[in-house]
Amino acid sequence: MIEVKNLTKRYGDFVAVRDVSFKADRGSILGFLGPNGAGKTTTMRIITGFMPATSGTVLIDGLDIFTESLEARRRIGYLPETPPLYSDMRVEAYLRFVAKLRGLRRSEVDQAVERVLKICGLSDMAHRICGQLSKGYRQRVGLAQAIIHNPPVLVLDEPTIGLDPRQIHEIRGLIHGLAGQHTIVLSTHILPEVSQICDRVVIINAGHVVLAESLDSLPAGKSLEDVFLEAISKEEGHEVADAEETLEEVGAGHG
Amino acid sequence: MRNALTIAGKELASYFVQPVAYVVLTVFVLLAGWFFFALLKQFNEMVQVYSAMSSAQALEHLNLNSRVIAPLLHNMSVVMVILVPAITMRAFAEEKRTGTYEFLLTAPIRTGEIVAGKFIAAAVFILIMVALIWIFPIILMIFGDPEVGVMGAGYVALALLGVCFVAIGLFTSSLTQNQIIAAISCLGVLLLLYVISWPLQSGGGILGDMLRYLSLPQHFGQMVDGVIDTSDIVYFCTMIFVALFLTQRSVESARWR
Repeated sequence: MIEVKNLTKRYGDFVAVRDVSFKADRGSILGFLGPNGAGKTTTMRIITGFMPATSGTVLIDGLDIFTESLEARRRIGYLPETPPLYSDMRVEAYLRFVAKLRGLRRSEVDQAVERVLKICGLSDMAHRICGQLSKGYRQRVGLAQAIIHNPPVLVLDEPTIGLDPRQIHEIRGLIHGLAGQHTIVLSTHILPEVSQICDRVVIINAGHVVLAESLDSLPAGKSLEDVFLEAISKEEGHEVADAEETLEEVGAGHG
Repeated sequence: MRNALTIAGKELASYFVQPVAYVVLTVFVLLAGWFFFALLKQFNEMVQVYSAMSSAQALEHLNLNSRVIAPLLHNMSVVMVILVPAITMRAFAEEKRTGTYEFLLTAPIRTGEIVAGKFIAAAVFILIMVALIWIFPIILMIFGDPEVGVMGAGYVALALLGVCFVAIGLFTSSLTQNQIIAAISCLGVLLLLYVISWPLQSGGGILGDMLRYLSLPQHFGQMVDGVIDTSDIVYFCTMIFVALFLTQRSVESARWR
């Protein structure tokens, strides 16, 4: 359903994402992990067509996000890192606006808005102004706009960040409920979240994939936290070793 | 097109839920009223002076169009230079800053539709501004005998000018995520269009001709005098088209950087 192939993104000399490839099957939830600055948001922005990759491709339902962008984007619901709310609009008006731009027909708009208001627990907030909502509710409106057109693919960038434990629980339940009909990629820092709701996990560090496994095939007896730390420190170990080597070479040169 | 109208509707609504629209409209109409009052008073004084001298010839040369409406429109065009950047500075800069840009660019809509939507909204706002100060010609028509056609041409010129400014403002807004930078660079471009022919008011060969063609007051002034020349209309339409094209390229460039 989502196929990421050899994605590389450079900003000048800085390589944000290096040769990232992974796949998410139809109806599965893929957890996208990595330390801060690992390239998670960049990868998601490329998947959703917000920015182009330097090289590599992304296929959404077989459609290339760069060459068949419009069609591919039609199939994606995207919750960016900061929920994209217009602070002067009311929640309902905002969702209607999003629904229309996402291509819903006039007759479908009302129903879709009502549906997502209910799913995301926003029915009481429909007439509130987006700018005055609390962080938790902003996040929910963000999720509501992502699923309003019932897209086959959902890309969620840290959907539970900044929520209180009860809200986290609710949102997780919500995401879990969406699986099956939707293919979901979600990034997070919260490891238990991944073990609870994801089928597969992809860990990236410093811009490249260090682990891509289905959760079932992770070594038994090891928590995801151990796996995560191991995968990342192995990476860092490499770098340290590289650095030492370079130092030795320099030292040898001087000697 | 439907997407463009959806965006235009949303933009227009957001002008009016924020105080910006009301402040801009108030300032615009208040200043227009003050200019109108001043010009009318001058006109009255001149009529009295000429009547006292009983010079019929001079009296004939005095008319409301060239003594009141034309200078009023020239003044308002300068007010537009200052107000339009305030209207358009948010257009793209704000979206980039708050992250809604990410939604717009990942929605299944063309960048051209985004630009068109924002342009339509701002253009409608300009039309509202210009329509509001049509009150002064109405006052003149009640108490005097101005030429409606000439006044109409002048108002069309002011509207065209405003819409042209808006297109330029959208372009500068699309270049940055800082509203102040968007506003000031727009102001700079608009002022430059006013003074661009100053070094070569006459002569100067091809360069002089070019600069004089680019000069805004040249085209605007002709229309305000009631001369609707295709070349002036073409000038404004070209400016609008070029500015919108550049805006679309600038927005689209997010996809190839």
